[in-house]
Amino acid sequence: MHFEYNVEGGDFTNAGTTSSVVKKMMKQLGVDMGIVKRTVVALYEAEVNIVAHAYRGVIYVDLEEDHVCIRLVDEGPGIPDIAKAMQKGYSTASPQVREMGFGAGMGLPNMQSNADKLNVTSEVGKGTTVEIINYF
Amino acid sequence: MKIEEITSLISGAVVEGSDTPQLEVDCAFASDLMSDVLTLRTDKQVMLITGLCNTQTIRTCEMSDIKVIMFARGKKVTEEMKELAEDDEMLLIETPLSLYKVAGILYGAGLPGVY
Repeated sequence: MHFEYNVEGGDFTNAGTTSSVVKKMMKQLGVDMGIVKRTVVALYEAEVNIVAHAYRGVIYVDLEEDHVCIRLVDEGPGIPDIAKAMQKGYSTASPQVREMGFGAGMGLPNMQSNADKLNVTSEVGKGTTVEIINYF
Repeated sequence: MKIEEITSLISGAVVEGSDTPQLEVDCAFASDLMSDVLTLRTDKQVMLITGLCNTQTIRTCEMSDIKVIMFARGKKVTEEMKELAEDDEMLLIETPLSLYKVAGILYGAGLPGVY
């Protein structure tokens, strides 16, 4: 099953809507609740990152029999140093993002610990792609 | 600990999900940082105690399988937050007490922390 969702940068009111839909869908399909939680926590962190840092993005969800693959492709400033961004505590978040309870530099490391596979690629001035794969 | 006991200990009021007063929580976590909440690893029934009162508090708890949220220091839950919480069958509590005081009272009454 393939699904696509649009995410707008700066739209904190709707941040998490896609993660919520994906959670309900995985639950309905009877995926193990532990795997559902890991997947949606990683997805939510990534979705909030689009809202917090990018102009807009698209979330592609592929639900297969034995795994889920989620690709978040954004148009935004990109990440100049991915290794640095993966370090706990490193953040470039705005005060507005911090007011929402994020921006502590924990997002990417938390995605890593909640994903069986995490791939992050980025081009400065163009955008970032995050791929999350979890096996059932 | 039962929700009824929790609300009476901290002068709290259930403002959403009032049809589930028999619900119980095993432990609590206090934080205004949602990034921290998202790192919790437990299968227990957790209550979040927080001073952060916005829709992302509800979303964070939805993703973290947290069904009970307590808003400290007189923070008022919005209608939008209530709608999101209702959709996920959550229970929202408001209390006029500070986060520090709430945590102290409930810990003293036997509600342990997640860690």
